[in-house]
Amino acid sequence: MSDHVDDSLSVPAASAARRRPPRAVRGLSDRWIATLFIAPSIVLLLAINIFPLIWTVYLSFTNFRANQPGREVNWLGTKNYARLLGSEDVWSYLQATAHFVVWTMLIQVAIGLGLALLVNKNFKGAPVWTTIILIPMMLSPAVVGTFWTYLYQPQTGIFSYIVDFFTGLGPIDMIGSVKLAPWAIVIVDTWMWTPYIMLLCLAGLRSIPDYLYEAAEVDRAGPFQTFWYITLPRILPFLMLAVLFRGIENFKMFDMVVELTSGGPGSTTELASINLKREAFEKWRTGYASAFAVILFVTVFGLGNIYVKALNRVKQ
Amino acid sequence: MSIAAVSVVDATPRGKIIAAVLVIGYALITMIPLIWIVATSFKSPPDSISYPPKVIFQPTLEGYVNLFTTRSRQTPEYIESLGPPKTWYDALVRERNMIITGPSRFAGRYMNSVIIGFGSTFLAVFLGTLAAYAFSRFRVPLKDDLLFFILSTRMMPPVAVAIPIYLMYRELGLNDTHLGMILLYTAVNLSLSVWLLKGFVDEIPREYEEAAVVDGYTRFQAFVKVVLPQMRAGIAATAIFCLIFAWNEYAFALLLTSGTAQTAPPFIPIIIGEGGLDWPAVAAGTTLFLVPVVVFTVLLRKQLLRGITFGAVRR
Repeated sequence: MSDHVDDSLSVPAASAARRRPPRAVRGLSDRWIATLFIAPSIVLLLAINIFPLIWTVYLSFTNFRANQPGREVNWLGTKNYARLLGSEDVWSYLQATAHFVVWTMLIQVAIGLGLALLVNKNFKGAPVWTTIILIPMMLSPAVVGTFWTYLYQPQTGIFSYIVDFFTGLGPIDMIGSVKLAPWAIVIVDTWMWTPYIMLLCLAGLRSIPDYLYEAAEVDRAGPFQTFWYITLPRILPFLMLAVLFRGIENFKMFDMVVELTSGGPGSTTELASINLKREAFEKWRTGYASAFAVILFVTVFGLGNIYVKALNRVKQ
Repeated sequence: MSIAAVSVVDATPRGKIIAAVLVIGYALITMIPLIWIVATSFKSPPDSISYPPKVIFQPTLEGYVNLFTTRSRQTPEYIESLGPPKTWYDALVRERNMIITGPSRFAGRYMNSVIIGFGSTFLAVFLGTLAAYAFSRFRVPLKDDLLFFILSTRMMPPVAVAIPIYLMYRELGLNDTHLGMILLYTAVNLSLSVWLLKGFVDEIPREYEEAAVVDGYTRFQAFVKVVLPQMRAGIAATAIFCLIFAWNEYAFALLLTSGTAQTAPPFIPIIIGEGGLDWPAVAAGTTLFLVPVVVFTVLLRKQLLRGITFGAVRR
């Protein structure tokens, strides 16, 4: 990974004899090119991301309802926020979200790390099987959620059948049961995203130079010590990166869970984003939903900051 | 990234066998849902809801026919009166005492996914290439802040941004239009496109451009004639990543489209409601939707790591 040396394109000093002053380069100046090349992207992002964001913040202080554009809009100050933070329901949605994020991360790190260590043994055919394992994470989460509803059918689904076959518990209603639904979404997310953790752990493992292991061998370190003192510290930044990114994504989780359980049964799997969509596009409480959106933004932005720091660490 | 790095510290043969058994076992389990959904798309509706689930079955194209058509139930006498069926799919539907009344909306929705996917990919890669080159090669004030800003737009919860975008698009008449969705997906994909492409440009030695400038090219000509050809592979990989994202996106599509520009992901679940739990049709739609992504994933396997880390990790 190269360190960025920020000199603009200048002929290196080594060829000083041929060097000309930058102005002698014909055509657009560097500054102009840089501006022209970057501006369109920034403008588009400002229009489609930042402007709406500012608008959301404004709306969060009002009682605006998007389905009644003609209605008078009142400034509520922080009332929406007070109502949000004082509402028991919101905490239960955040709790459902936390349950989802924590368990998906724990299980996926355990399986993903294990798989990475195994794949790293470089048995014959490892690349092929790795590619097969990676397929689920590239699929459309909403479509995955849709077809898992079929797999989860209690009377006819293959999931229920396989579990019944091995345990003899009879048909299992993963989606319809209050107890099992939170785990139903954890299972599907794990099926989809474990490869993500595995792939980053693999990258971490491959970044460890062999001489460290050779040195450990010389020092008579056991396999456990080697793992604890060499492997783990080296792959930790990669693992952190994976967990942060997936954690943020799962904190925002919407598509897969909407299609799988649509927040049910009751509101056992009503994650923050799903509730936000209900408030905004079903109850049309735009102001209230915007306040919720702002709270989610702030949380995600904080996590995002940490993510970028981790990204830069891994880069080195 | 090469999936098989050669290690001096090699595993023992026995360790390799154990690892292979476990990894292959996991891979097979992970494949069950996918294989099952493809198999279901070739089942008849009764076979799709039999218990225990049928592993061996008589394959039929009924699911695909149902996916692409709308049908109505008729009396056997009426169907007799129509004369012999004209096509194989007419015959297939008549076995269930139905006649085909017209095409379904699936083909149109699928085309919307294609149009919006390719449109937004082209724009995101075009803008991303320019920005990535500038970030890589020039002194840009506040460069790191700008790059962080671009990446942070990726982090926004789509449902949260959807509220004001919905209002904004309503004002501009962009709700449920291809153009609106293309612009939106372009904005969402820009972060990935800029970061990934910047990584690719960083890897191209500057000496080529410098030599071209010394030979009398303008800076812009050097970019077009020297750098762009070397970015080809990177641009192709980035384009596929952007395409897959746009192809898979659901939240914005659900909230901002309803008909004209609706893409396949929000539409596929609707099939469940329409056919009264016609699972083979849903499975057929799912299969047709997932197959291109699986193909691209296999083609891109060496670049996946780069794609999911925004170009930061490159092995």
